[in-house]
This record gives sequence, C-alpha cells and structure tokens, in this order.
Amino acid sequence: MTTQIELYQQVILEHNKRPKNFGKLEAGNRSAEGFNPLCGDHLWVYLHVTDDGMVREAAFEGTSCAICKASASMMTVAVKGVSIEAVRRLFSEFQSLLKGELDPEHAPNHLGKLKIFSGIWQYPARVKCAALAWHALNGALSNQLTVSTE
Amino acid sequence: MRRDFPVLNQLARGKPLIYMDNAATTLKPTVVVEAVAEHYRMGAANVHRGVHFLSEEATRKFDAARETVRAFLNAKEAAEVIFTSGTTGAINLVAHSFGGMLKAGDEIIISEMEHHSNIVPWQLLCQRQGTILRVAPINDAGELLLPELERLMNARTRLVALVAVSNALGTINPIEQVIAMAHSRDIPVLLDCAQAVAHKPLDVQALGVDFLAFSAHKLFGPTGVGVLYGRRAALDLMPPFLSGGDMIRSVSFAKTTYAELPAKFEAGTPHIAGVIGLGAAINYINGVGLHHIAAAEAELLQYGTECLRQIKGLTLVGTAAHKTSILGFTLNDIHPHDIGTLLDQEGIAIRAGHHCTQPLMQRFGLPATARASLAFYNTKAEIDALVVAIEKTQRLFA
Repeated sequence: MTTQIELYQQVILEHNKRPKNFGKLEAGNRSAEGFNPLCGDHLWVYLHVTDDGMVREAAFEGTSCAICKASASMMTVAVKGVSIEAVRRLFSEFQSLLKGELDPEHAPNHLGKLKIFSGIWQYPARVKCAALAWHALNGALSNQLTVSTE
Repeated sequence: MRRDFPVLNQLARGKPLIYMDNAATTLKPTVVVEAVAEHYRMGAANVHRGVHFLSEEATRKFDAARETVRAFLNAKEAAEVIFTSGTTGAINLVAHSFGGMLKAGDEIIISEMEHHSNIVPWQLLCQRQGTILRVAPINDAGELLLPELERLMNARTRLVALVAVSNALGTINPIEQVIAMAHSRDIPVLLDCAQAVAHKPLDVQALGVDFLAFSAHKLFGPTGVGVLYGRRAALDLMPPFLSGGDMIRSVSFAKTTYAELPAKFEAGTPHIAGVIGLGAAINYINGVGLHHIAAAEAELLQYGTECLRQIKGLTLVGTAAHKTSILGFTLNDIHPHDIGTLLDQEGIAIRAGHHCTQPLMQRFGLPATARASLAFYNTKAEIDALVVAIEKTQRLFA
C-alpha cells in the first residue's frame, strides 16, 4: 500500500489563506469561467495575452475549496510571463501529474512548485478541485468562455 | 448491535472507521448480506414463471418479502406494494403514470427542502403536460411554513409531493397535518420517505397517504430496489408506466391487456435478490425495534447537537424542533469538501456537498454543507472523535 501523502501542506494552506493574483484583471483581454456543479467550486480566470503570444498577466477570483483556490493561485504565478505555447505544455504536464501519470522526480518537466500536487491522484474526489482553474485557463486561451468539470 | 455490522470493524485511512454518512446509505447487517448471497448461491431463478423447484422457491421468497413490506407499512393489501428501483424510480412512476392524466394548468405542490428526485420528475412533467409546479417555503430553522403551504392549495391543485424527513436538514415534516390539509380539499399526497423510513414508523392506513416512496438501501437493505406504496383506488385508475414482460395479462397485435396490481407496474424481471434483501432488512429492523432505533438516534442527536454547538465557528444548518439524527453544518469559512477530506483522514466518513438539494442550499445562501448523519449503531465516543477532528481541521485552517 502506498503511503498517504499530506494533502493540506503548508504551501497549499498559505495560498488558500492569502491567494496571489486574486481579483479581476482590469487590463485583461481573455477570460473564462470555471464551474464544478457537483461541489460548487466556481471561479473566473483572467489573462492579459500580448500580440506576440505571451501571458503578461494572470488573475482569478471566485469561491472554492482550499485545494481549488491554492491551485488557481499557484497557477497564476506559474503562467505569468510565459508564452502560450509553454503554458499549454504546463497544462498538459499538470494534467498528467494529477492523473498520477507523471512522476515529477524522474520524468523531465517544467512544473516547479506545482509538484506539490503530485499524489492528489490518491484522492480521486479531489482531483477536479485542483484541475478547475487550469481548465478555465485553457478555456480562456481557446476562447471558450465557460468550462465545467464534474 | 454493532456486531451485526462487520463493516464497522475495519480501518479507513489507517484509523478505525467511523461511519457518519447514513443519510447517503446505511450499512448492511450480516443477515441482509447473507439473504442476498443465499439467493445467488442457492437460488438465482426467475420469479412468477418457472414451474420448476428453484423458480418456485424464488417466487415464494419474493412474495414473502412483499408481504413483509405490506406489514411494515400496514398497507391494506400486498398488491399496493410496488417494487421499483428506488425512491427515484417510485416518484418517476407516479410522475409519468399519475402525472400523465393531468392537464395543462393543473398544479403540483412541493417544498423548498425537496431532494432533486422530488423536484426534477415534476419539472419534466410540467414540460410535457403544461402543469405548474408550486413551491412551499421554509423558515431559517428549516421548517415547513404550513400556512404558506395551505395558501398554495387551490381548485387546480392535483398533488402535494412532500419529503417526510429532509436529507440535508433532518427536519421531520408534519406529514399528518399536511395530509389532513390536502385531503380536506380532495388533493392526494405523495410522501418521499427515503430518509424517514429508517427513523420512524410509517402506517399508511393511519396516515391515509395516497403514495409513499422509499429505498431499501437507506433501510439497511441493498441498493437498486425500493418501494412505491399506492392506495389501490389511486393505482387502479393509473395507466402502466414501464411496459414489457410481467406487466401484461395477454398480448396480441390487435390488443394487449394489462395485469392486475402489483404486476401492472412491475415490467421486466425485478431485482429479486434485492427484494429478498429488503425483506431481510425489515425483519432485522422489526427484531431490533423501530422505536428502539428512534430512541437511540434521538439520544445521539441530542448529544451531537450539544457537542457541535460548543465548537466556536461551527454553524448548524437545520435546527428544526423536530429532527432526525442529521447534523448539517458549516465551519468558519472552510469549504465543506476540505472538511470532508480532513475528517476522512481521521477515518470519519461524512458527506460534503449540496446533498442533491441545490434549491435548498440556495435558500440558505450556501454552496454546500458538511453533514454527519447518525444511525443507531453510532456511539457517543464516535461523536467525541468527530469533535476532535473538527477542531483539528479548524486549527489547520487558522
């Protein structure tokens, strides 16, 4: 049996209490709404994407559980100043991480601090909490205004 | 009593399991598990058609279970007990068969505290038939506002469909008064007893109720089976719902005639093992005594309420004067899913979410609540452990 990982680590609790980039982005030019009707997690992701394909600013707001909020907060930090192409790669890597298909200690990746969410696959009911903001981000980049995870 | 539930003797996340999600489903005593297993091990034949030994045995047990349900509800005759897939299946049966006889402009009354299973079938009926759904409000304690309900009753009202006990709040509704109110205007009443059935005796003749629905799995029985009780006078007027085998008298391409009750409403091979398991569950409850169960749960509810009230930052959601042992709550600004996961790490199973009562959550302005729902096999020591785990959760989020 695998050892249970500590889900509510200090970093997650800290981002939940004092989320980064929380609020509307006045200068934003892309946004999407993310909603999980099953648990009520509901947030909006705002981006300012430059003409040359860089995410200059990222922010979010909404109401959600700690896992969802911390994930959204850390996501905005991770994608700021990053090209759309790199953001999409990060999105894909993060998806694999949540599914337990990417071992961040051995496989090459760009996840950095986002590695803290490795092991969440042991809590299948909570994977969607961590994924919601990323799906909204992906929606914003694809001009899909609302995304829903269940 | 806990001996009867071997499932309680296991570890969850390395801690002794504390099961407080009984409103979602109750645990199954050994006698129920054995009755279901016995059917598949030694029987497994179909009912009501074979002329061989195994089929006759299965039919005998199946019919005995129907009689057990009849006696449990004190129905006048066993033919008024229709086996369904559960409460949802039972309500859908009424919404289609009884509902199909309604006309545009006819009205159906439900309450604000209904489970989605007693909302959506009526909304779909309204779309099909042009009927109108009226919703009786509740107060902040989670109690039905009877005068408001009465005000909704008029000459166009064709049915009152009400939950007997709220799954999210624990509120015990004054079903006797509602039935009297409705019947004085010749309005039939359907009771959703999914949550009530394991907690209080239900006597359909004393109540005079027209339809009553419940699920076996909330009564220490198997999933996938439930009951619609209907008064014969009401059921006889209604056309079949699902159709096919078992529900016919004779079939020809010129004309098909339908079977008598209860077969008319039981198309297809039923969940035979489930029905036998339901019979075993009721026999088990009769042995323990529903009054004993109610008394034990009342004591747990009182103790649990006192304990949770002492936790600063905890707000009980559902504080009706008459309640079953359901403790819905919010905790500071901690999301219920975080509470649920953290209690789970202590081996404590609770439910976190909207409890399939989204309009009720909207009424209270909450996205979700945490809910500890107790059964007679829970203990005060388990409630103490719940309090410790809740306080630990608070410290983590402080």
